[in-house]
Amino acid sequence: MRSTIAPRISLIIYLLALMLPVYWLINLSLRTNADIMSGMALWPHHPTLAKYRAIFADPTWVHAFGVSLSYVAINTVISVSVALPAAYAFNRYRFVGDKHLFFWLFTNLMAPSAVFALPFFNLFYAVGLFDTVWAVALAHCLFNVPLAVWILEGFVGGVPREIDETAAIDGYSFPRFFLRLFLPLIANGIGVTAFFCFMFSWVEQLLATTLTSSNALPFAAVMTRSYSASGMDWSLLAAAGVLTMVPGAVVIWFVRNHIAKGFALGRV
Amino acid sequence: MMDKPWNNKAWFFILPVLVLVLFSSVLPVMTVVNYSLQDSMGVNNFFWNGDAWFRDLLDPGTEIGARFADALLRTFAFSFAALAVEIPLGIAIALCLPRRGWAVGISLVITALPMLIPWNVVGTMWQIFARQDIGLFGAALTGIGLPYNVTQDSVSAWVTIVVIDVWHWTPLVILLSYAGLRAIPDAYYQAARIDGASRWAVFVNIELPKLQKVLVIAVLLRFMQTFMIYTEPVVVTGGGPGSATTFLSIDLVKIAIGQVDVGSAAAMSLVYYIIILTACWIFFTVMTQLERRGDS
Repeated sequence: MRSTIAPRISLIIYLLALMLPVYWLINLSLRTNADIMSGMALWPHHPTLAKYRAIFADPTWVHAFGVSLSYVAINTVISVSVALPAAYAFNRYRFVGDKHLFFWLFTNLMAPSAVFALPFFNLFYAVGLFDTVWAVALAHCLFNVPLAVWILEGFVGGVPREIDETAAIDGYSFPRFFLRLFLPLIANGIGVTAFFCFMFSWVEQLLATTLTSSNALPFAAVMTRSYSASGMDWSLLAAAGVLTMVPGAVVIWFVRNHIAKGFALGRV
Repeated sequence: MMDKPWNNKAWFFILPVLVLVLFSSVLPVMTVVNYSLQDSMGVNNFFWNGDAWFRDLLDPGTEIGARFADALLRTFAFSFAALAVEIPLGIAIALCLPRRGWAVGISLVITALPMLIPWNVVGTMWQIFARQDIGLFGAALTGIGLPYNVTQDSVSAWVTIVVIDVWHWTPLVILLSYAGLRAIPDAYYQAARIDGASRWAVFVNIELPKLQKVLVIAVLLRFMQTFMIYTEPVVVTGGGPGSATTFLSIDLVKIAIGQVDVGSAAAMSLVYYIIILTACWIFFTVMTQLERRGDS
């Protein structure tokens, strides 16, 4: 029997170190500015939820939170639904240019946002989508669609081809087979893919802030803005920061059992 | 692999993806190509400028060329530093994660959490955390007598950015490695136990070879992401002190939006993009080679 103490202790130390900056943010968010500036405190001695209340009472913050969630949701739905048939085709058939196409999609996953910021700005301005949630949702398709194809292709590969053939023999038409039989089989894969689309759209800020100005400003951008506007309201900044972690934490809790598999991108 | 039926009608399945990616990728890239070959005299007044932007950019003798070469070098150094820490640390922690039991879920959720925080919030969080007056990290380092100052000292700024990236992205390496480790059948470990193999021997002979494929993916993703780093340094250091942490993306945005020097920025974008495509192609080739070897 090998000792399991050392790995356990290292793991706990690592996880604690990981949580330390997060804890510090929560700590500051529960203190008043005067309290913060008066000296270091490892935990809030007089915890107050005043800043959270202030954020929820301010329509700008609430609106921005809705904006962030809506472009992430639109993007996730678009990405997963267009990627599904493509992933099926890449896995099941060979066709002219399939390998090159797959590689080209893959390269878009690596596209640097900084390169795309300016042309996207011009493009969405020209078609009148600037400062709408649609601009951000479509811009994020740049990396989320290839990502979704890549992950889903692995999950499609996990379904034996005999199932397709049996369904055809049983007289299922293709759309009926795909929607009624095939999609339920890769439901886990769809969940994991949606999680990744959510994640990358939620965290990306360079494009999201470039493509919006007032109407569709994302939550995290309002945060940066209030930063310069109100001097240094550390406590408010910390409270807003803590709130941006909530959706991620909720979503991650739901997919916790599939995360590891999803991170292997279903391909290994 | 070989018995996939040949069917060109499969193109119809790809069509939606193709239309979307043409709109969100090819169109913007063509705009950049267009800018890179022209010069502008005010709004909407462009004329042909040939390859002049590119010649300036790639010649370290010019001002923009020197700036580009510096930023490129800095970015490579940063990618290398971040990878050198993240890959070994990620594998080590993945080995420590429990395989089964109640602790699995909670450990994975905590591990993954940093990746779900918007990037500028990560920056803000660390900006606060690294301050000497109100941040634990900065206060602790100053407390033990280190000359730590993010905004004034370039070594501090560098260390902070690398620490942030390690904090932020080692979880990706951990989760990838963990997935790879879980795919190893128990029989391998049993055989090793019968042979009386040491822990190190198990790692080198069983775990590491099986992790090869996930590690290629991990290195690829981490290299790309560190090479494109933008938001965190902008928030924490603003690219400074001086230009100590001005990485390629930051310089690019400064030139394009700060100085509205669209031609130079476009040429820079394309060179930058080509470097990324080349790296991507190398990794992709390595990966498919590994897969093919795995199949046979």
